[in-house]
Amino acid sequence: MSATAATNSVPAELCSVPALLARNARQYPLNPAYREKEFGIWQSWTWAETQDEVRAMALGFLVLGMQQGDYVAIIGRNRPALYWSMVAAQSVGAIPVPLYQDAVAEEMAYVLDHCGARFVVCGDQEQVDKVLEVQEKVKCIEEILYLDKRGMRKYDHTHMNWLEDAMREGRAAETRLGAELEKRIAALGWDDTCVMLYTSGTTGKPKGVVLSNRNIIITSKNSSEFDHLKPGDEILAYLPMAWVGDFIFAIGQAYWTGFCVNCPESAQTMLTDLREIGPTYYFAPPRIFENMLTTVMIRMEDASPLKRRLFHYFMEQARKTGPKLLDGKPVGFGDKLKYALGNLLVYGPLKDTLGLRRIRVAYTAGEAIGPEIFEFYRSLGINLKQLYGQTEASVFITQQPDGEVRNDTVGVPSPGVEVRIAENGEVFYRSPGTFESYYKNPESTASTKDPEGWVATGDAGFFEEGSGHLRIIDRAKDVGKMADGGMFAPKYVENKLKFFPNILEAVVFGNDRDRCVAFINIDLSAVGSWAERNNIAYSSYQELAGLKRVLDTIQEHVETVNESVAQDEMLAGCQIHRFLVLHKELDADDGEMTRTRKVRRRIVEEKFADLIDALYGGKDSIYTETEVTYEDGRKGKLKATLEIRDARVFGQVAAKVAAQ
Amino acid sequence: MLDTNTEDGYTTADGRKIGGVAMELRNITLRFGGVVAIKDISFDIRWGEIRAIIGPNGAGKSSMLNVISGFYHPQEGEVIYKGYRRPRMRPYQVARQGIARTFQNIALFEGMSVLDNIMTGRLHHMKANIFQQALWWGKAQREEQENREQVEKIIDFLEIQHIRKTPVARLPYGLKKRVELARALAAEPSILLLDEPMAGMNVEEKEDMCRFILDVNDEFNTTTVLIEHDMGVVMDLSDRVVVMDYGKKIGDGTPDEVRGNEEVIKAYLGVSHD
Repeated sequence: MSATAATNSVPAELCSVPALLARNARQYPLNPAYREKEFGIWQSWTWAETQDEVRAMALGFLVLGMQQGDYVAIIGRNRPALYWSMVAAQSVGAIPVPLYQDAVAEEMAYVLDHCGARFVVCGDQEQVDKVLEVQEKVKCIEEILYLDKRGMRKYDHTHMNWLEDAMREGRAAETRLGAELEKRIAALGWDDTCVMLYTSGTTGKPKGVVLSNRNIIITSKNSSEFDHLKPGDEILAYLPMAWVGDFIFAIGQAYWTGFCVNCPESAQTMLTDLREIGPTYYFAPPRIFENMLTTVMIRMEDASPLKRRLFHYFMEQARKTGPKLLDGKPVGFGDKLKYALGNLLVYGPLKDTLGLRRIRVAYTAGEAIGPEIFEFYRSLGINLKQLYGQTEASVFITQQPDGEVRNDTVGVPSPGVEVRIAENGEVFYRSPGTFESYYKNPESTASTKDPEGWVATGDAGFFEEGSGHLRIIDRAKDVGKMADGGMFAPKYVENKLKFFPNILEAVVFGNDRDRCVAFINIDLSAVGSWAERNNIAYSSYQELAGLKRVLDTIQEHVETVNESVAQDEMLAGCQIHRFLVLHKELDADDGEMTRTRKVRRRIVEEKFADLIDALYGGKDSIYTETEVTYEDGRKGKLKATLEIRDARVFGQVAAKVAAQ
Repeated sequence: MLDTNTEDGYTTADGRKIGGVAMELRNITLRFGGVVAIKDISFDIRWGEIRAIIGPNGAGKSSMLNVISGFYHPQEGEVIYKGYRRPRMRPYQVARQGIARTFQNIALFEGMSVLDNIMTGRLHHMKANIFQQALWWGKAQREEQENREQVEKIIDFLEIQHIRKTPVARLPYGLKKRVELARALAAEPSILLLDEPMAGMNVEEKEDMCRFILDVNDEFNTTTVLIEHDMGVVMDLSDRVVVMDYGKKIGDGTPDEVRGNEEVIKAYLGVSHD
């Protein structure tokens, strides 16, 4: 399907988000469009009210002199008014650029400078302070608006406005500027930029991905229809607004379908709010599902013996029948009955506690999810599926249709998306959602997207025989070779390690080497709870990570992984020979991870070069000093002596090592 | 140099307007038996300012705070509050004067939720009688809603939404301190007394607390009197500082003035007698 053919199926007047908003306000004026918990109560706005608010904001922006083609940066947590500010910016013909709110000032400076943002909309004082700090270097910023008034009274307001004030001025200027606003909305077309999103980028500087109205709206339409989304669905918007997924779910699909977006009260109340809202459509990275499961398991450990036995009995039952029931496969009457009883006693209450009872469709993506975790949710009857996507594709490349859900694939190409595998195994796609270009970066655009519109994902994968599902092995550039010519796929091994609740993060090294070694990060909540139950005292992450019994447990995990890796002939060389448990958690503030919590392999490799040398050397322990950045930006040093452990390896590789 | 003599107050370096005298303490002397805790101290507190009381251990700071709150009645001297000489009062009468405080050792109801704890701060805003309360009808219901609204605003302000329903006993120390501040704020005090609000906190918690104290002052224009040991905090936060040593006042003025005061340096650092 070519890009223009795709737009033919959508009425031409629905070619922008403001146009969709107008349609929703006409069609479902009284349906809730947004909810936010404020002062302990869920406040809601209907589509008609939303339109009114967005209009006032857009007029306010006009009063402040926002031009067509201006870039408007938006920084803050998920709040209705910030979503509105994006649509309001679009209405006046400007381009919204949502930024990660936890970005440190220099990261922010780069992006603001790169897009030349004239306007910045901030959530609160903290963000305003960051922008003011950045303003010394970044000269393009002209007006700052903020949403939360707290602590802002003393600031110089000559070029600063409370969003509410701007809206009030906008309302007052309705007669003067109303016609101009109408004209600007009418001028929006398929090829105009809908949003610009900066990719966090595991390497190098972030790149601004330009997504047009066509990209966003057609993709939203296709994906909404794929999962039969409808008005009346509910989502919880809690993932960073700068992430493409949030834009697609909370703006694209929400405006296309007309469902309700719920914003949590604060980041820490997310799980409580999830429970109160009970969304029907839900997205979470594997990390969140993992955390939820860990919490459940920890709490079950503390439950009474009767409850614990009930839980384990029925969970066993669920594992057998749950996924089959979900996929609509035949199940015996006895099993069905047991499942129904389990639902009454265990699954129902559990789903209720987690806030997942009403879920019709849930997605996870971004990282591989552990088979046990995936199974757990599926067996409870939660329709958890996987999708594969990236910013450049407006999210969707492949996704799993209902009834064909498996842990080890990422599904079939999404509607309207073509996928092909290059000779070296790299996955390419072409779709109506394929991005226009990287902003001010024609070289990168050309190297990523060819003239025919095919985009290289940078991931290596293959289509499975028979089912036609795509399987992703690793980042194409991370797949390397061992010194003996064997395949080196670190992510594959790391994911296997990370499926253990005790292991939060793992980094495997071995490219061009004769064997593999690994860094491990323990999961503080899981290991901490274990320590508590076993009366083991510890005062810090570092101390816990260095305990002998913790290392023993991790060693067991590593050896289990080695055993399973040894089964795979191609990857048997990737078994871990030596490992150590790091003295600090890998952290985005120290540059070791991206803001979406993906490990930056090269940086970790450089930063901890001494540790890698030690792993390949023969020593049993190593003393190291690491610079860390605290949350307020100050730097400090962390000193530790780390123990290095040898792990048992299996199969042919073991024989070879023995021969040496 | 401040001009503290005019009735109209003064303007701080960051441009805040400080009003007239809210409370004046005149020649206060407080004794416990033979021990003289406070000896002939006079100073004033002005509307809208952040006033700090500092001094070494045992200088009589907390006693001073208790005198301000009306919990202790000094043997000599007088307290002029809102223009009137204050008589001896019972603690509940003190609370109704519009003076709220936090304690050096946290004094919350450990078994109750954060929300309930803060609601207790609204106690004297509730006028319904016991029967209305018991039936939760009419006035009682209306009042509870109004008070809950106020409390929710404070919860939002102090960013403690996530612990709204958590029993206080389960909270870490830093958060308990914040809840205590919330409870004091719930009373909508005209003068807020903070007894070592940052004792035992880590750097990050201290920074948060500083921000909250400044924001409270900014948002509600609450007059704040605080005792604090952390000199950095005191000098950053306060508009004027009283320095006490062995029950006597040895300094009074802006942080800069106090910093340069020789008596103060002597009390804090000691001087060699050679």
